[in-house]
Amino acid sequence: MTDTDVQLQPKKKGLTRRQKRSLSRGVQYAVFAAAVIAFAVTADWGRLQNQFAQADIARQMFPDVITLALKNTVLYTLSGFVVGLVLGMVIALMRLSSVGPYRWVASVYIEIFRGLPALLIFIFVGVAVPLAFPGTEIPGGTYGKVAIALGLVSAAYMAETIRAGIQAVPKGQLEAARSLGFSPARAMVSIIIPQAFRIILPPLTNELVLLFKDSSLVLFLGVTLEERELSKYGRDLASTTANSTPILVAGLCYLLVTIPLSLVVRRMESKSQEAIR
Amino acid sequence: MSRPEIQVRDLHKSFGDNDVLRGIDLEIGQGEVVCVIGPSGSGKSTLLRCVNLLEEPTKGQVFVGGTEVTDPDVDIDAVRRRIGMVFQQFNLFPHLNVTENLTLPQRRVLRRDKATAAEVAAENLARVGLSEKADAYPSSLSGGQQQRVAIARALAMGPEVMLFDEPTSALDPELVGDVLAVMRMLATEGMTMMVVTHEMTFAREVADRVVFMDGGVIVEEGSPGQVIGSPRHERTRHFLSRLLDPAMAEVEEETSDQVGKTEA
Repeated sequence: MTDTDVQLQPKKKGLTRRQKRSLSRGVQYAVFAAAVIAFAVTADWGRLQNQFAQADIARQMFPDVITLALKNTVLYTLSGFVVGLVLGMVIALMRLSSVGPYRWVASVYIEIFRGLPALLIFIFVGVAVPLAFPGTEIPGGTYGKVAIALGLVSAAYMAETIRAGIQAVPKGQLEAARSLGFSPARAMVSIIIPQAFRIILPPLTNELVLLFKDSSLVLFLGVTLEERELSKYGRDLASTTANSTPILVAGLCYLLVTIPLSLVVRRMESKSQEAIR
Repeated sequence: MSRPEIQVRDLHKSFGDNDVLRGIDLEIGQGEVVCVIGPSGSGKSTLLRCVNLLEEPTKGQVFVGGTEVTDPDVDIDAVRRRIGMVFQQFNLFPHLNVTENLTLPQRRVLRRDKATAAEVAAENLARVGLSEKADAYPSSLSGGQQQRVAIARALAMGPEVMLFDEPTSALDPELVGDVLAVMRMLATEGMTMMVVTHEMTFAREVADRVVFMDGGVIVEEGSPGQVIGSPRHERTRHFLSRLLDPAMAEVEEETSDQVGKTEA
């Protein structure tokens, strides 16, 4: 008893807990301010502005940067996402199958496509597939190729996400469905998967953001002028104008989509926190 | 009593080395209400889950309405349509509202059209006294309301038999009464019921027969007055005295004490 009493007394020597806390916070603010000032002083703002923020160059990018480049980026991303979602769903269900070979194939697929850089898969789809199956054309031209390449990459990630979502649905849900006479397949479709998707909506949206950025890899497939997306468009214009402003504008266009998406994810996450029974 | 509605023959179930059921024989007649009581781990829930094959028995046979549930070639989904089950944790579908919880199984499993399913759903919600919650989501309901919806969901499928797996064990004490009232109503309507429960008052008042299980076997069974009122076996007496207030000398007074509590 006396021991604790002693500890409860303010210490005579040194700083109190409160003083320590305010000192620590003061140091953190000071470091931050010093870093900002150092950056502002050392950076050559004139050259930066000259190279990255030429208003007239930026102006001449419109409206093409939106109507063509951003539109294509969105198209590539969405088509890749749809392919990835369907394929990922199939692989997730294979992963959970009671048939051994399905599980093995799914595991091998996931390990391979998660382990490879997306760039290699783009080159593979662009070069190896036409070589391996001569005469066959991937439907949809570049759009089809991008959809498949992005789909192959994202399916591996989405399969794992979907599998985790399915397994996160309480076991009692399947039991209740089965006891009502649902077949295993029907229980999966009507009861389990809808709940799994509510759980995995935030990570799936994150995957969409990642795909949005990965769509820039399309430039390795070789695209026509009309098929250019943000990165390619920005780079091309940067080399013709010998100025990097187009890169900055393209970057801002990405953020125009990714930041709202991230905010949506954050809102969904806090909402699903509330909705947990 | 004609042909038994539920018939269990020499049922064994083990999980690994753990023999949970060690030879159960039980018959439940049409319209009969049987309460299965016993300490936790006695295998009573496993027995119940074997009746609709949520657990696959290691050995033995189960018949429901003359169909052998344990036959490997039986259409288990068809059999389960005739067996309603109510779980301790309710297991309502959280992504559907109350009405959808009742209509979706009817539409997907029984292939009823939308109007019929909605009509049956409304009927059964009225039976459990929750018509005004038709559009609510399960998460907004109390445990007792959720369990009544779960009962209504099972009833909407038109079952011949109802299985209850500790239906009131997850409820706050003051909510138990509503659920038991619904079950009592079902019993008086002549539903064949198999109820795993710790509610001795309910067993005593509603059950036609009480089965006491311990260690994976049926220790004794008989009328509620006999099994709960004057148990023959020491294990039954021991269980009951631990379940009911140990300070009370007479079991009978304790149970009448509980009546007041449940109905309050």
